[in-house]
Amino acid sequence: MTGAPPQGAAQPAGPQGPAGARPGALELRGITKRYAGVTALDAFDLTVQPGEFITFLGPSGCGKTTALNCVSGLVGLTAGEIRLDDRRIDGVPPERRGFGMVFQNYALFPHLTAWQNVAFGLEVRRVSRDDARRRTEAALALVQLEQHAQKHPGQLSGGQQQRVAIARALVVEPRLLLMDEPLSNLDTKLRGELRTEIKRLHQRLGLTTIYVTHDQAEALSLSDRLVVMRNGRVEQIGTPAEVHAAPATAFVADFMGYRNLVPVDVVGVDGDVTEVRASGLTLRGTAVGALRAGAPAVAAVRPQDIVCRREGTGALRGRVDVVEFGGDTLAADIVLDGGQRFYAVTPGPLAPGDVVALEIPPARLLVYPVESASRP
Amino acid sequence: MSGRRVLMLSLPATLFLLAAFVYPFLYGVFLSVTPRTGGPLGNYQAFFGDEFQRASIGNTFALALPAAILCVALAVPLAYAMRHGLRGGRVLTALLVVPVTLGPVFIADAMLFYFGPVGWFNRALEALHLAAAPIRVLHTYGAVLLAIMLTAFPFAFLLMLGYVSGIDPALERAAHTLGAGRWQTFRRVLLPLMAPGIATSFALTFVLAFGVFPSAVLLGEPGGSTRVLSIAAFQAAYEKFDFSAGSAIALVMGALQLAVIGLVFALRARLYAGPARGGKG
Repeated sequence: MTGAPPQGAAQPAGPQGPAGARPGALELRGITKRYAGVTALDAFDLTVQPGEFITFLGPSGCGKTTALNCVSGLVGLTAGEIRLDDRRIDGVPPERRGFGMVFQNYALFPHLTAWQNVAFGLEVRRVSRDDARRRTEAALALVQLEQHAQKHPGQLSGGQQQRVAIARALVVEPRLLLMDEPLSNLDTKLRGELRTEIKRLHQRLGLTTIYVTHDQAEALSLSDRLVVMRNGRVEQIGTPAEVHAAPATAFVADFMGYRNLVPVDVVGVDGDVTEVRASGLTLRGTAVGALRAGAPAVAAVRPQDIVCRREGTGALRGRVDVVEFGGDTLAADIVLDGGQRFYAVTPGPLAPGDVVALEIPPARLLVYPVESASRP
Repeated sequence: MSGRRVLMLSLPATLFLLAAFVYPFLYGVFLSVTPRTGGPLGNYQAFFGDEFQRASIGNTFALALPAAILCVALAVPLAYAMRHGLRGGRVLTALLVVPVTLGPVFIADAMLFYFGPVGWFNRALEALHLAAAPIRVLHTYGAVLLAIMLTAFPFAFLLMLGYVSGIDPALERAAHTLGAGRWQTFRRVLLPLMAPGIATSFALTFVLAFGVFPSAVLLGEPGGSTRVLSIAAFQAAYEKFDFSAGSAIALVMGALQLAVIGLVFALRARLYAGPARGGKG
C-alpha cells in the first residue's frame, strides 16, 4: 500500500501530517450498500483526520447507521473502499479491525459482570492476566464505575450500563471509536450528563470517533465536523458552526432547527440578496444556491432569529396564537394578517391575542431553490 | 383476589391432580411395599438382588443418556444456524417437527418396513452395490436409539430454537467488534446464554427417552440389550401378574429419573438465568 493521494474525497486534506504519524486517519471512498435493490448508502466519500470527532446526522432511514456498520465491518460493502492509516480494511472482518463500538441498546453481555464485560475484549485478545486487570480497572475508573464492577448489567441503571459499554469499547485501545446512537435510550437529564462525559473522554484520549445520531443538539455539541445525511446520500459536511449557520439545503435547514420553512416565489435576485413573496407578504433574504426570478423557492428562518415586538410598526403584523413557556424565553406561534404562520422565540412578555410586529433580518432568512427541498 | 376465591379456582386442578396422579402414585407405593411374600422391601430386594433385573437399569441409562445428549448436541448447532438464516430453514423446521405428531408406535412401524430385509433402505443399498446382503438394522440397540431420537429431537430442537431466538443479535455484533471470532462468540456469549435452555432440553428429552417402551419392544432386543426398566415392570405386572413387583420397578424407575432431573436442575440453578438481552430496548 502506498500513500497515494485521496481520490474523489469530499474533503480537502487539511492540516494532516504524513500518513501514519498519528493513527486513526480514516478514508471512505465511494462506499455503497444495496439491500435487495434498495440503496441504503450511495457513493459515500469522507476523509476523517486522526483524532477527529465526526457525527453522521440524519433522520431514521437516512443511511447513517448503515455507514457506521460498513466502517465497523458488521455490514459488507456493495462497492467502494475503506482505508485506515492508508491500509485498505474493507475486506477485514469486524473482529480483526480493532475498533471499539458502542450500541444504542448497550449490548452488554447479560451473564457477565461489569468487570467481565469490560475485560471481554482483552481476554479474547489473550492479553496477560496482570495487564488485563490493570487496564480493566483503569477503564472502569475512566467512567467512574469502580464501585459497580461486580454488578451484572441487570443491576445497573441505563446510564451506568452505557458507561460500562463505553469502557468496554475503550479498554481495547481502539484505533477508531464507533458510537451508534449511544444516548437515545436514556432520559433527557442522563443524556446531557453522558454527552458531556463523552466529550470529556474524547478531549482526554483524542480517539478518532464516529458518532451516529438523529439529535441535532447532540451532533452540534459533540462534533468537530458533522455529516448530514438523507436517503443514503450526503447533504452537507461541515463544522457545527458552518452547518448551523449556513445549511446547504432546505433539508439541512429543517434538521438544524430552521422551523419556519415557507414556500415562496422569487421576485428578484440581486447578488446574494433576494426578494421573495408568499401569501401577501414580501421578504428579503439570502440566496443559498442558484435562484431566478419567478421560480418557486423555500425560505427558512430559525425561531430565535425572528425579532418580535409588541408595539411596533412593520410590514409583518400579526396576532399571537399560542405561547409556550421556555424558561428564559417564550416561544410563540404567530399568525400574520395574510394568514402565514411564524414560530418565534422572544424574551417576552407575550400573551395569546397580542398584536405584534415581526422583523426578519435578511441575513438570517435563507432562501433555497425548491429542487433541493423536494429531491427524492 | 381473596384467598377463598383462589382456593375455589384451584379446586378443579387440585382434584384432577389428586385423582390422576397423587392417588395412583400412593396406591403404587402401597402396592410395592406389600409383596406376595417377604417383608415390605421384599420386591426391592428381589429386584436389586437379581442380576438380570438389575441390568435393566443400565440398559435404560445406556439408551436415555446418549439419546438426550445427542438430541441436545444436534439441536444446539441447528438452532444456531437457523438464527443466522439457514436457506430453506422453514422447510427444515417443519420436517424436523413432523415426528412430534406421530406416535412412537407409528414411527416404530414405519422403521420396521423401511429398514426391513426387503425395505427401501436395504434395496437401495443393494441396487447401489454397497452391500451384498441386507444389513441388520432392526432389533438392535441402534434402532431403538434412532427411534427415540426421532421422537425426542423435535422437542429439544423447538425448545432450543426458542432460547436461541431470544438472544439479542446486538450481543453477537458487540462480541465481534471486541475481537471475538465466530467460535469465541459462540463459546463465550451464546453458549452461556443458551445453557439454561440446554439443561431444560436435556431434562425433557431424557425423561422421554427414559420411559421408552414400544420402540424398545418392536425395534430392539427386548430380552437383551434393550430390556429397559419399563419392559421389566411390564413383564412383572402383565406376564407374571405380580402388580406389587411391577409397582416396585416402576417406582425405581421414577426415583432414578427424579435423581437425574434433580441433578440437572441443581446445575442449572448455578447458571445465569436472566434475560438474554443486552440492555433496554
